[in-house]
Amino acid sequence: MHSIQTDYFPIAMQLLLAVGFVVGTIIVSSFLGPKRKSANKDKNFECGIESVGNARMPFSVKYFLVAILFVLFDVEVIFMYPWAVNFREMGVEGLLKMGIFMILLLVGFFYVMKKKGLEWE
Amino acid sequence: MSDSKIITNAPAPEGFQGEGFFAGKLSDVVGMARANSLWPLPFATSCCGIEFMATMASHYDVARFGSERMSFSPRQADMLLVMGTIAKKMAPILRQVYEQMAEPRWVISVGACACSGGIFDTYSVLQGIDKIIPVDVYVPGCPPRPEQILDGIMRLQDLVRSESVRRRSSPEYTELLASYNIK
Repeated sequence: MHSIQTDYFPIAMQLLLAVGFVVGTIIVSSFLGPKRKSANKDKNFECGIESVGNARMPFSVKYFLVAILFVLFDVEVIFMYPWAVNFREMGVEGLLKMGIFMILLLVGFFYVMKKKGLEWE
Repeated sequence: MSDSKIITNAPAPEGFQGEGFFAGKLSDVVGMARANSLWPLPFATSCCGIEFMATMASHYDVARFGSERMSFSPRQADMLLVMGTIAKKMAPILRQVYEQMAEPRWVISVGACACSGGIFDTYSVLQGIDKIIPVDVYVPGCPPRPEQILDGIMRLQDLVRSESVRRRSSPEYTELLASYNIK
């Protein structure tokens, strides 16, 4: 029982050293390093140009919708490449499977159109 | 080529050396650490910037001097390298970038245009960046070769190595910045 507890001592030492080194160097560097504060220095960095407004402003969720739809149909095209390469080997069965896949996505596409997901205004 | 001597170690600062220990001045150690890890902020506006690209790349390899990390945000940069013509419209931008750099900060003015306006002795070009920010090292040339830029960085390293830890909080330094109207 006694030996088990003392076995953990080196690990505790190592933990203390690791945390102590990180915290210690941060504290010491804050004392050693020079500091300068001014309104200009604390401004947002915008490549030296006068910053205009706040960066954290809301923008239309439409953009997100269009972007995610693009990703969806983009991936669909990627699935078609391996099928096109193996077109002859897969034969009619492959054509049918791909047709079903395309129809499923086309239904989704018409759903998006009906919901006016692609209309910007 | 082969008879050039390759120095692999930075020379040790002055101090007392014994078996397994070294005692020296803190400012020397801090200076050495700063000098060998200068993170550059390339402010390249024209052809000197192209020379700096060669300086950064594998042949001239500025990384040998501890400057491998180009910083394009002033927050993590120590060394501002101004390379190229600075038009008067660009001046406030350069100044803002300098002001937003982390402390302590150094400036190298690379090329004739940044040093003195160069051939552009006109109404629209700033006649030397030292009109708006304090400069530590001037590298002449139009444009300077990468060797010259490296030499400028090494001269700056000498400055940094010998700089007192207290210099940046001294009244002289505050006065210097105040003369450039920087708080």
